[in-house]
Amino acid sequence: MPHVELRELRRSFGDFEALKGISISLEQGEFLSLLGPSGCGKTTALRLVAGFDRPTSGEVVVDGKDISGVPPNRRNMGMVFQAYSLFPNMTAERNVEYGLRIRKQGRGDRQKKVQELLELVGLSHAGKRYPHQLSGGMQQRVALARALAIEPRVLLLDEPLSALDAKVRVQLREEIRRIQLELGITTIYVTHDQEEALSVSDRVAVLYGGRIEQVGTPSEMYRQPATPFVAEFIGTMNRLEATVVDSERGEVDHKGARLTVAAAKGLPYGERVLVLVRPETLELSPAPEGDGAVGLVGDVLTHTFLGPVTRLKVLGPELDLIADIPTSRVESLPIGLRVMARVPDEGVRLLSLPPAEPAAPEPAGQ
Amino acid sequence: MSAVAVEQPRRFRLRLRRPGSISAWIWLLLGAVYFLLPLIATFLFSIKNKNTGVCCSLSAYGVILHDGQFWTTIKLSFLLSLETIGISLLLFVPTVYWVHLKLPKLRPVVGFLALIPFVVPPIILVVGLLDFYRDSPDWFYAQPWGFLVAAYVILAFPYVYFSLDSGFRAIDVHTLTEASLNLGAGWPRTLLTVILPNIRVAAISAAFLTLAIVMGEFTIATLSAFHTFPTYIQYINETQAYPAAAVSLMSFGITWAAMLAILLVGRRPGARQVQIAGTR
Repeated sequence: MPHVELRELRRSFGDFEALKGISISLEQGEFLSLLGPSGCGKTTALRLVAGFDRPTSGEVVVDGKDISGVPPNRRNMGMVFQAYSLFPNMTAERNVEYGLRIRKQGRGDRQKKVQELLELVGLSHAGKRYPHQLSGGMQQRVALARALAIEPRVLLLDEPLSALDAKVRVQLREEIRRIQLELGITTIYVTHDQEEALSVSDRVAVLYGGRIEQVGTPSEMYRQPATPFVAEFIGTMNRLEATVVDSERGEVDHKGARLTVAAAKGLPYGERVLVLVRPETLELSPAPEGDGAVGLVGDVLTHTFLGPVTRLKVLGPELDLIADIPTSRVESLPIGLRVMARVPDEGVRLLSLPPAEPAAPEPAGQ
Repeated sequence: MSAVAVEQPRRFRLRLRRPGSISAWIWLLLGAVYFLLPLIATFLFSIKNKNTGVCCSLSAYGVILHDGQFWTTIKLSFLLSLETIGISLLLFVPTVYWVHLKLPKLRPVVGFLALIPFVVPPIILVVGLLDFYRDSPDWFYAQPWGFLVAAYVILAFPYVYFSLDSGFRAIDVHTLTEASLNLGAGWPRTLLTVILPNIRVAAISAAFLTLAIVMGEFTIATLSAFHTFPTYIQYINETQAYPAAAVSLMSFGITWAAMLAILLVGRRPGARQVQIAGTR
């Protein structure tokens, strides 16, 4: 039995449907990220799980029991908010202790637990400080300790790192994952940062327009995006609209350039497809002089240094590609050089596109 | 080039600052004269001998301090102000909290209602209230603790509301409330242990203003035939010139001392009211 289940959750605000029936389940101890752009419904879904909002229809089920009507203070779910949410009138210790006081735990037990948790988040030295005496990262760590203090059934994280600077963000997300694995707590993490989601999650659910586009492991999401939106949203992707021209050999035509794609084998002739190629799988080589240059041909427009790889933008008359090549090779492909891009047979994703609408007839007399 | 670009604004700023600071001092001085001159004049008048009219004697203060009515009325006004503060905070803290949390669209409506006591003169207000409460029981209508406090709560409404409103706007009410509920607290506990301590400064401001209003309110008290401290001052003013000046100054000092006491009681070391960052 799944630990947490969202069953056909819908939430409308007047005419606007923020969630259009999402269903997803989590196993005990699983770390699931809800990933998507602003307004996709991810925070709405989390608030429904936390109990701060009621679904228009659908159920939130924990351990087989529908808790949709249970008020938030009786759900025993720990939450870390996007905004700094520590109580400004209490020290870090008192903040962590707050939930334990409500549960009427003895003073000794409370103090022991508070110290353990502050140690867990690396803040045992800052227990006596007030929130205004803590940095943003420290405040979110205390908020995490406070959420964990009540031994929640589910840990809910609503973009807890978005207000922090890049370095602290990376450090803290790793700490969150370490603590989550250590405690084995079921976690739902909301973020719009795909790198964050892919780096810490067991599974990722991409939301768009109030619907789940795809759920899968970070590797699946990256390598096998199920929809054009996921392909666009996760990582960088080259999108080549093409038509199947030889289903036996798996050949497709992209604006006059013929590409061989293994995934196109068996597709009917004339079918419109979207060829998705990651920048790191594209192979670039200097284009031969004269008529020898066929296929995806263009000029190197820019170099962007990214550390071990350099990102090249290749622009041709009918082409706009991004390719990542090892930085050590970049000197052989200088800016302005005419290059030929080869799409490897494997490692390419193919999505079917709806048939092209017939061109509108030209007005008579023209 | 960049050095020049940085230097120029600095010189410009310095040129502006000097005349600005002089004019600031002049305005400060004018303000001080405006407020302090009447107090100094009143004090000088109050220390004249009540028989000879010659400086300097504290006999006017002695007359007041030995008058039982002074102590009775000042005690009554002070207790009325405490009752008004208590009722106002009990009534308006949860109201403003709920408006901020659940009914933000009602904020302009409540703000408008809060302005009504400003535009209705106290003399109109008291006539209306006397008529409205005419059939109410004696324990309310004939007692300052009932009728007068009810009128003072209305009178203090704008001051209390706008103080609390600014306090609630300075904190992230939604996030603090949700964080508290999420940890298992109910609404009363959330209000008392999380929200109230973080709007303490606003609540103290509201209390100050209410105290000042009640300690100085004359129209409603006199028209509803209650003898409070302001009506006592009026009586002394009509009958004894030098003690009237003395009692005015004393009332001024007592009100300030009471405000200071509330400030000291409301202050707590360590904690600080802070703006909570973040968006919703």
